Amino acid sequence: MNQQTQQFETVIGLEVHLQLDTKTKIFCGCANAFGHEPNTLTCPVCLGLPGSLPVFNKQVLEYGIKIGLALNCTVSSFIKFDRKNYYYPDLPKAYQISQYDMPVARNGFIMAPSQNGESKKIRIHRAHLEEDAGKLIHDDAANCSLVDYNRTGTPLMEIVSEPDMHSPQDAYEYLQMLKLTLQYLNVSDCDMEKGSLRCDANISIRPVGQTNLGTKTEIKNMNSFKAVKEALSYEIGRQESVVRSGGVIVQETRLWDENKQMTFSMRSKEEAHDYRYFPEPDLVPFTVSEQKIEEIKTALPELPLQKQARIKERYRLNDYDSFILVQDPLVAGFFEECVTLYPDAKKICNWITGPVLQELNAKKVPITELKLSPKNLTTLIQKVEEGVVSNLVGKDILKNILETGQDAGDIIQSQGLAQVSDDGALLKIVDELIKENEKVVGQIKAGEEKAIGFLVGQGMKKMQGKANPKKITELLKRRILDV
Amino acid sequence: MTPNTLTAHAILDLIKQKKLSAKDVFASVSAQIQKTEKDVHAYATIFDAPQIQENAAVPIPIAIKDNICIKGELTTCSSQILSGFKPPYDATVIQKLKASGAVFTGHANMDEFAFGSSTETSYYGPTRNPWNLACVPGGSSGGSAAAVAANEAIWALGSDTGGSIRQPAALCGVVGLKPTYGRVSRYGLIAFASSLDQIGPITKDITDAALLLNIIAGHDEHDSTSVDLPVPDYTKALRNDVKGLKIGIPKEYFIEGIDPQVKKSVFDAIAILKKCGATFEEISLPHTEYAVSTYYIVATAEASSNLARFDGIQYGLRRKPDHIRKTPLIDLYEETRDIGFGTEAKRRIMLGTYALSSGYYDAYYLKGLKVRTLIKKDFDEAFKKVDAIITPTSPTTAFKIGEKTNDPLSMYLSDIYTISANLSGIPAISIPCGLSKDNLPIGLQIMAKPFDEEMLFRIGFTFEQNK
Repeated sequence: MNQQTQQFETVIGLEVHLQLDTKTKIFCGCANAFGHEPNTLTCPVCLGLPGSLPVFNKQVLEYGIKIGLALNCTVSSFIKFDRKNYYYPDLPKAYQISQYDMPVARNGFIMAPSQNGESKKIRIHRAHLEEDAGKLIHDDAANCSLVDYNRTGTPLMEIVSEPDMHSPQDAYEYLQMLKLTLQYLNVSDCDMEKGSLRCDANISIRPVGQTNLGTKTEIKNMNSFKAVKEALSYEIGRQESVVRSGGVIVQETRLWDENKQMTFSMRSKEEAHDYRYFPEPDLVPFTVSEQKIEEIKTALPELPLQKQARIKERYRLNDYDSFILVQDPLVAGFFEECVTLYPDAKKICNWITGPVLQELNAKKVPITELKLSPKNLTTLIQKVEEGVVSNLVGKDILKNILETGQDAGDIIQSQGLAQVSDDGALLKIVDELIKENEKVVGQIKAGEEKAIGFLVGQGMKKMQGKANPKKITELLKRRILDV
Repeated sequence: MTPNTLTAHAILDLIKQKKLSAKDVFASVSAQIQKTEKDVHAYATIFDAPQIQENAAVPIPIAIKDNICIKGELTTCSSQILSGFKPPYDATVIQKLKASGAVFTGHANMDEFAFGSSTETSYYGPTRNPWNLACVPGGSSGGSAAAVAANEAIWALGSDTGGSIRQPAALCGVVGLKPTYGRVSRYGLIAFASSLDQIGPITKDITDAALLLNIIAGHDEHDSTSVDLPVPDYTKALRNDVKGLKIGIPKEYFIEGIDPQVKKSVFDAIAILKKCGATFEEISLPHTEYAVSTYYIVATAEASSNLARFDGIQYGLRRKPDHIRKTPLIDLYEETRDIGFGTEAKRRIMLGTYALSSGYYDAYYLKGLKVRTLIKKDFDEAFKKVDAIITPTSPTTAFKIGEKTNDPLSMYLSDIYTISANLSGIPAISIPCGLSKDNLPIGLQIMAKPFDEEMLFRIGFTFEQNK
């Protein structure tokens, strides 16, 4: 077949490294925290000092099992660690304690919803526990490198997918769903900027119709989901042009350069390490009881897709609304709390997915840090629905609440925002309107009831927006049509 | 007065009777070091005048093998690559000794990273056998055994990976105990082979070994391989009574290569124990012939990984070539490790790296683990029939310095009787049982079931009382 017109299929598998936010590190008692002075959260164990020995943090195991179960994996009750040997200055023992042939979890999957509303099943090959390395900082000016060992020994879960993705968009949607699931589990802040979630990709292309996989490249150094998408798109183009020009893909590791928007070769397969894995003799393998695994399973929180299905059904929301609400477990929780205080779920949903989410996206804080409580929001919604304030004024009040945290009722009262519903005051206005708009009144009498809207608008103007439009309509009808 | 020639239990009695002070004891040890250390060279580092607590429970001067971390004291595994390394923490055994008031005399010389059976591979030069300065003290805890034999310490701690406590104890005529794997915490012991290493006492007699094990034994939350079992008072096991005990003599241990004098001495000891009421029977440990090769695969594989951290980055020696050869980083690794490690260390790192390499792992390391299981099963079977096993500790008495340095294989065979206890994790002790016609000590090895150190003390004590 002509190489120029050959159509290719892309095959992508992803490896995600997730930092688990346990209180202490995986093999010692040092605090597991980000952003401290370099080399202040260390001890002989995480510094890999001669003579020190690792002791496994059981909290890490619980998180690992939790993740495995949430990803529909088979969880291993036999826990064993291995040493992965390689030299690098950020690895003080010159080996990483990891799990080689017996990962804590394997053979799982997640359902990743895509843009067209359908869900795609991405299988999980395996997920295992290991320790993070330190952080190397290169100072080009001083021509030296510095190491910060605070990160050394941070618990990691490496989650390896099967090569089930066929486009950068697939990869993006998988990552979104994976991240959301992990956030629901409360095991990591999943912050790519802080490096709590890191992603490497294996990518290859093959002629459409071919079943054998093509030669893959591994792409590293992608620092956001957007970068993953960009790097994969670039790499597809690169691989296609190599093949189209008669070349062959070399198995290698390539680095994504964010500034140049290109991938560059880092090392070839020949230069790849022989990690000389062998069982870690300092940690005795042990068995987790089936009962313990069952306990963790029972305690699993509701996961995104379960929550969406339940919310949709229970509050009679549509797919879109329920999907948006569950994108943040805190937002979904906020919503459900509101529903206990005020019965109109759709109205609450509209307020949350509209102005509240807008505020969250602008401020980039969790909903729990807003000065808005479910009680205050539902009070506001109630005032709007009862006609005490108009929808438009309601939005202004919400802005005020977000700034000051003041109670909606207090704001309405202190700023005199309540609509006038008093018959006496409004009748005066209505009579004025009728006098000033004889022609329109005639139309209304002739059966064009829609024309009432014009008069209501005029009336609202006269009242500077503070009138209850429903009430004006009612009074107009009574006066004009005598109903 | 020469209290340095006494055992710790004799010293403690005299202190109790106010006939001796802890200060006197240390002074006499110090004086002995002044006198004989230039010949014996038992120490890698001699510590500055230590604090002596007169009222401490056990203010006994003790030499610590140079691979056990003491906070703020040079700890180098007698290797150039750890030049200047002063650990910022104490090993668990050191914490326990400090709590009982023991007085640290210094870090005892050893084969570099415990790789050897003669203490000749030390960066500081060889230790000499106090019985004959032309001979080796054995190894790798040769400095520890020589210090006790030369009265340059009352006690010593050694570490035993394949016989490194028992073989030098035998060659220096002192008692050396390798406890059950997991009995003593390894936290702070610079690892050679993590699944085999165990810290243990080197003392002048059985009673002292029991006293010292009482102090250092026990579960440690910092060592996952230490076992959470209660520690008995080992001095209660010191009974002059072996009546009714069944002791096995493995036929595979008395084969060619054994010095006839060693064989005779061991059988003389057996005769004494028989008289005391023990019964003996020949047993078989059929996989004995594979022990040495299995050991050199498992131990070197673990060592190659354990020693990888000595890379010139964080502590110890750091060297760079004058000009860039590969990359600045790889050059630093290569030059540091090339200069920092001695020949035997390099040989073992290469052996172990090979055994773990992709394509060879199954044939070597994995096979090694399987044979190790078979060797362990041999002992499980044997201990169904007997309470203990008696063998020689070493096939020969102390050999001449330099005699085996160019023949690593014959050096490796020095540990032929001791290695199996490490591979199977069981406790084993070496006790002096006689002298050769060249006036060199011969050692008797007793082995028992896991965590039955009491059996070793009981048989050893009976022998000591009746020899």
